[in-house]
Amino acid sequence: MTEPQTTQPLLTLSHASKSFGPVQALSDVSIKLYPGEAHALLGENGAGKSTFVKILAGVHRREGGTLRVAGQSADFHSPGEATAAGIAIIYQEPTLFPDLSVAENVLMGRQPLAGLGRIDTRAMNARVTELLRELGVALDPSRPVRGLSIADQQLVEIAKALSLNANVLIMDEPTAALTLSETDRLFRVVRALRERGAAVLFITHRLEEVFAECQRVTVMRDGTWVSSGPISDYDTDLVVKQMVGRELGDLYPRGEMTLGEVALSVRNLSQPKMFSDISFDVSRGEIVALAGLVGAGRSEVARAIFGIDPRSGGELRIGDAVIPPNSTRAAMSAGLGLVPEDRRQQGLVMDLSIERNANLAILNRLTGGLLMNRKAEAENAQNWTSKLQLKAHRLSDPVSSLSGGNQQKVVLAKWLSTNPSVLIVDEPTRGVDVGAKAEVHKTLAELAASGLAVLMISSDLPEVLGMADRILVMREGQLVGELSRAEANEEAVMYLATGQRAGAKQAGAA
Amino acid sequence: MTERSVAASAPASPGWLSRLLMAREVSLVGLLLLVTLGTAVINPLFLSFGSVRDLLLNVSIIALLVVGQTLVLLMKHVDLSVSSTVGLSAFLTGSLFVANPGMPVPLALLFGLGLGAVLGSVNGLLVAYGKVPALVATLGTLYVFRGITYAVVHGGQINASNLPPGFLGFGTGSVLGVPNLVLLAVAVLIGFAFYLRSYRGGREYYAVGSNSEAAVLAGINVTRRTMTGFVLSGAIAGLAGVLYLARFGTVDATAGTGLELQVIAAAVVGGVSINGGVGTLLGAGLGALLLGVMGSALVTLRAPGFYQQAIQGALLLAAISIDMLVSRRAAKRLQEERKS
Repeated sequence: MTEPQTTQPLLTLSHASKSFGPVQALSDVSIKLYPGEAHALLGENGAGKSTFVKILAGVHRREGGTLRVAGQSADFHSPGEATAAGIAIIYQEPTLFPDLSVAENVLMGRQPLAGLGRIDTRAMNARVTELLRELGVALDPSRPVRGLSIADQQLVEIAKALSLNANVLIMDEPTAALTLSETDRLFRVVRALRERGAAVLFITHRLEEVFAECQRVTVMRDGTWVSSGPISDYDTDLVVKQMVGRELGDLYPRGEMTLGEVALSVRNLSQPKMFSDISFDVSRGEIVALAGLVGAGRSEVARAIFGIDPRSGGELRIGDAVIPPNSTRAAMSAGLGLVPEDRRQQGLVMDLSIERNANLAILNRLTGGLLMNRKAEAENAQNWTSKLQLKAHRLSDPVSSLSGGNQQKVVLAKWLSTNPSVLIVDEPTRGVDVGAKAEVHKTLAELAASGLAVLMISSDLPEVLGMADRILVMREGQLVGELSRAEANEEAVMYLATGQRAGAKQAGAA
Repeated sequence: MTERSVAASAPASPGWLSRLLMAREVSLVGLLLLVTLGTAVINPLFLSFGSVRDLLLNVSIIALLVVGQTLVLLMKHVDLSVSSTVGLSAFLTGSLFVANPGMPVPLALLFGLGLGAVLGSVNGLLVAYGKVPALVATLGTLYVFRGITYAVVHGGQINASNLPPGFLGFGTGSVLGVPNLVLLAVAVLIGFAFYLRSYRGGREYYAVGSNSEAAVLAGINVTRRTMTGFVLSGAIAGLAGVLYLARFGTVDATAGTGLELQVIAAAVVGGVSINGGVGTLLGAGLGALLLGVMGSALVTLRAPGFYQQAIQGALLLAAISIDMLVSRRAAKRLQEERKS
């Protein structure tokens, strides 16, 4: 490892600010990126990390401050100028052309030319094959990007960065949507990039990744710079404290549970090729986790219970009501709610207001005659959002203006207003920062305490272990085991989920 | 996903994206042959020289318009105003000939191109700079341009007898048996097909339609590309207007009405996606030919006149449905291939 103090930083941004109208998104932020180092940029959602990245990307113009790239003072007016200066951004959702080939995506606008200005497809594919080989991935450069996993798309983005000879790579939550093995592969690539002397800036919510992969940390809070330094100066507690700006109570506030009657009863639920013979009960007052690897069939079970997907057999009861297959309506009126995995696509209508989103599931109850009762709408939304301590300016703001954790609360508000007896939450804290995560957990614990039956699907093992009263583990469409809170530990869950003892590393989609 | 068959990286393999697209063109050709031969078996006159020539002349104007429309559709926009541009261009070119019978034909073609480019730039300004949705902007200009035509025509009409014989000769003339208009349309089609396939500028149309945000990040000037597309679509429609005049000779204020939907239908049947980013001009041209052949086959087969449009519409729906099925299956296969 190079000694940071003696090397010149590749990129230095000092005292940059940015405001959007009256909102000060960023004030007086500084960072130094050194060659060969991975630098973590940490902060809660809304801390200004994205604005920060967009300044480096040339999407936003900074106000004040100085930017030096490779010793040259720089001022980006467009993304193209940032690219030309050797800065490449890999966004959480890759921005690729799904209809074009991998090779064209990598070299768009820079395709190698043959005579008369024609694109030399053969040379283009060869060049990209070479780049992909350097990254150690086997992808056919002539296949279209459509259909590639997010992980593969990120690699295409990284290949693009390589082709631009970028020496500053900025990755915005690259691992949020990846499986374990895909994350491993990404970090292998990142290590290789560092060895070539590139500087990598990471934005992530996963602190364990920060401590494992990064050499330097910058923490931001509320649009301002809090601290920077080598990773050895930090530990998890310090980072969290600086990010949140206050002592973060218990991340897993699971109190005593009082078990009520059975609220959800699933018997021999099956769906061809997806899962078979799933049976379990969830009682009022308890949180039951459904654990397993990505692809084990957990979300599919939830969707079948909720009646979105068909089921080929089995019986489903909510309270005393027998729920027919494929009837979301019946499931809902029997008291079932589903907080889906993909908040933005399935949980919310992003362009609608907070109020409208919170009321979506009970529109029929909020009518006065033929028309909507505006007063009842406002009251219901106000009631639940304040109970969940939603942080928002106005309830008429679009839900897209909220941070991830607050968006999740709107989804919860939507279902809680239906007065459910059973709530299924699928990955409730994915893409949510630590502070908001603690709040979502607290909400779930309170809901269970108030007599709700909660079925929680989660890939976050500490969350499963910290929140669940019982853990059901699925593997390849089968329910392979149940662990009580006392029996459960990381190894036991992984053993059931993978069918192997820990050490033999097997993760990712089966 | 951990294990992956390393079937990748034969660098110069044609890639089955192009193979897939080829399949689309192959199926169009197959359908074309089927309809043509089927009709010819029932009525051999269908393949007579005069009948084929007529058919090709009719298709050439649509095929020309399809070029501009494809440019716009690839960018996930649409240009509804082309039919009005055709009408205005046809009438004004005719008036020009009436006033200056000695005007050379190339000048008339240039005039059509220029007029069309001006009209197209109105669309371009609205969509690229004004950020008006193309559907709305070009629906507006469809009526505005048509309205201007009515105002200019003022109840009059251009008759073939008023046009100089040189121009009429251009319209009816042919080289080696292929009508001039068909040659011109094919030349434009091939030129642009080549441009779209093998030039950076051409690929930008696909990039913009596939993901305009990514296009910005890739350094593509999306605004200028959009503007260019609409100007080209307008210019080509203006040129088509001159050909329309040469073909029919008689032009009034309603000339070209309804062409826009035929053009869009031809592009879609030819595999150009209305969602942008997908399609080739070869396919779009074949789509135009197929719709033309079907139209005249229905006439030849004495299909009840009232039903002809319904049948054409049904064929369009069938083409789109098959397209959806094929692409959905292709997407599924892509995903599975990656997983296994």
